[in-house]
Amino acid sequence: MTILIFAASSAWAGNPAPKQGLRDLYFGEAFYLASQGDWFDAISRLDTELAQHRGVDEPERDTLYYHVNQAQFAVGDFELSYRMHQRAGRAIKAVIEGKVEEPVRNEAIFRLARMYFQKDQPVNAQSALERIKGAIPANIHSDLVFLRTQILMANGRFTEAAVILKDLQDVKSLEGLCSYNLGIALIKAGKELEGRQYLDRTGQINSNDALVMAIKDKANLVLGSKLLKEKNYEVAKQVLDRVRMNGPFSNQALLGSGWADAFLGRFEKAMVPWSILVTREVTDAPAQEAMLAVPYAYGKLNVYSRAALMYGSALEKFGTEADKLGASIKSVHEGRFLQALLREELKQDADWVVKLRKLPQTPETYYLLELMASHDFQESLKNYLDLEQLRKRLETWERDLDAFKDIIEKRRAYYEPLLPAIDREFRRLDSQMRLRLEQRDRIAKRLKAMLVAPRPDYLATAKERIISEKITLLERKLTAGGTAVPSEVADRIKGLRGVLHWNIYTEYDHRFTEAHKHLRDLNSEVELLKRQYTAFVRTRQAATQSYEGYDDIIHRQALRIQASREKIGQLMARQGNMLETMAANELSRRLERIKEFQIKARFAMADSYDRANRVQKQEKVSK
Amino acid sequence: MFRWLIGAVLGIAVLVLSITVHGQETAKEQVKGLDEQVQEIKSDLLGIAAELNQLEEKLLYPSNTQVAVFVSLAGGETFRLDSVEIRLDGKPVANHLYTFKELEALQKGGVQRIFTGNVRSGEHDLEVFVIGKTGGSTDFKKAERFKINKDVAPKIVGITLAVEGITIK
Repeated sequence: MTILIFAASSAWAGNPAPKQGLRDLYFGEAFYLASQGDWFDAISRLDTELAQHRGVDEPERDTLYYHVNQAQFAVGDFELSYRMHQRAGRAIKAVIEGKVEEPVRNEAIFRLARMYFQKDQPVNAQSALERIKGAIPANIHSDLVFLRTQILMANGRFTEAAVILKDLQDVKSLEGLCSYNLGIALIKAGKELEGRQYLDRTGQINSNDALVMAIKDKANLVLGSKLLKEKNYEVAKQVLDRVRMNGPFSNQALLGSGWADAFLGRFEKAMVPWSILVTREVTDAPAQEAMLAVPYAYGKLNVYSRAALMYGSALEKFGTEADKLGASIKSVHEGRFLQALLREELKQDADWVVKLRKLPQTPETYYLLELMASHDFQESLKNYLDLEQLRKRLETWERDLDAFKDIIEKRRAYYEPLLPAIDREFRRLDSQMRLRLEQRDRIAKRLKAMLVAPRPDYLATAKERIISEKITLLERKLTAGGTAVPSEVADRIKGLRGVLHWNIYTEYDHRFTEAHKHLRDLNSEVELLKRQYTAFVRTRQAATQSYEGYDDIIHRQALRIQASREKIGQLMARQGNMLETMAANELSRRLERIKEFQIKARFAMADSYDRANRVQKQEKVSK
Repeated sequence: MFRWLIGAVLGIAVLVLSITVHGQETAKEQVKGLDEQVQEIKSDLLGIAAELNQLEEKLLYPSNTQVAVFVSLAGGETFRLDSVEIRLDGKPVANHLYTFKELEALQKGGVQRIFTGNVRSGEHDLEVFVIGKTGGSTDFKKAERFKINKDVAPKIVGITLAVEGITIK
């Protein structure tokens, strides 16, 4: 129980996400998923984030950079909660072996040691703890010390554990648990008397905490049972009577309390707790024992007829229970137990084990409560349920892959007929664009050169150029036959050239400024064009990428999914078989016990009838 | 009869002192072996999940159009969040009703990805509608409108909810 309590308190400590200064929202998402027990998706999310972080060229620019240590811890924690101890161990070891500060390293070692302890590897846990040196984070200090004692006890080093536990007695969060373990450690170390004092002290704690009260009951039950075994019945009764009537150990305590009275010959008193017990759940082992204990006490009080009747009643109930157990064993072998375990509605209910028995055609699970609380069963059950979840996940993924294939085909059917024409048009526009850009570059270069060497002729307007061309053409025509241009015409031509020249040279500065202004306007248009060009290229690439290059990965994933489905099918069958065997064995064990009770009840009933008859005869004789 | 009685009492002691007897009955090695195989298959599936996530992202939410919207509660907020609706360019893209577990996860500092989708590059309208209850079971409604700018990289929008108001980053 101690181990279970510790395990319960230490399974994902639930470290909150960094509320202040959370930089990586996907990291926060992993915590959101983990807080709801969605371990698979939480690990998957964090794995993806860590892989991306490791892949970036400048990790310090990645948002996970600020949380990377916490993320590495968290992934180990999540894996531990998902009972992936092998991977969790590797993740935690990576932190330990990395370049981390002392407190971080020590916290990692603590987690590793806790993992070994939970996996029933106390020697490895001890070796891990011995590597802790230097500063320890304050938030794990008490847990670390308590874990140390747990591991020492698991390794049989009770004296050392007791020394440490004595120093932990004032830790509020370990109230009850510490003194209980101290009592056990001292008893195991041979200091029986001192150990019992601590158990006694634990058995008198007052608290509102349900866990502390359960430990209190446990301490009283352990101590009371020891005293009972040693025939110290008076004290045993006092201690057993301290166990709460509504706690998980009340039935065992009531049975023991009755026996303490019975051993002292106080059978009437013994019947008080036993009478309470017989009214309780008939499937409970102490209640069944009480069905025999009560008539036994009546017998001792010489009320044989009453005893005989009660043995008869017990026999009847045992018969019913034996039938129920037989049917339950059959039901387990028919697979109904596993079917019931997988019912979705049960998973929403904290008392699902209790609810299980109310389902039609399910075995009598009350007989399995003790088994179901055992570590092996719990681990096997969780594995079975996890496998079922994984099986469903694979089914979903298979459907997803089909949907992806469908999307890809639809995209291919849409884009493939369109793209050749689009590509042709793009190539045409692309060459035009390149030409224009080259022109722009030439203009820019020329204007730059004109800053040093002015060239007004470069800035002549189109009209001026045409006029100049026309004049040249006219001159050529006039001199075509080798004749000279008439002087009045030559003067006019000269005048016209003069006007052109005047305009070009006098307006040069203005034109040069305007040219620069136009170049700037052109530049902004070019920028817009380039953006549109880039956007088009990206969209064009995206169009192809939306349906090309997926076939291999989809095919590979489909194969992996198929292989995993087969593997999960086999594992579920084996894990399910193991659970069924455990359940059937437990039910058979209880059936055997009931059969023993039936034999005893039959003999005791016959004996009681004989005695009752003898008493009646004696009474008649004496009359 | 007395032997049975002693047996019963000893039975209680043994039951109490031992953690469980069932573990001894079960083949420990078999349990351990199966457990290791279950861990292996979990690991395999996490590997598949990683590749499928990448495939899904590439296929459905390429980075040049991807937008992801996250919701978180401001530190210390204890109001009961009932629902959040997100509208992008006037169209409702996400509407979430919160369970107790989800609310608890948010209060612990978890961040919920409420929407992943695709938008064109450029400026977009983002509207956030929140319904809940404050400490004294008073109805609480808030609505806020923001402008977000989408460029080539995936757009990640973090919405922080508080009684005082809604903020984004």
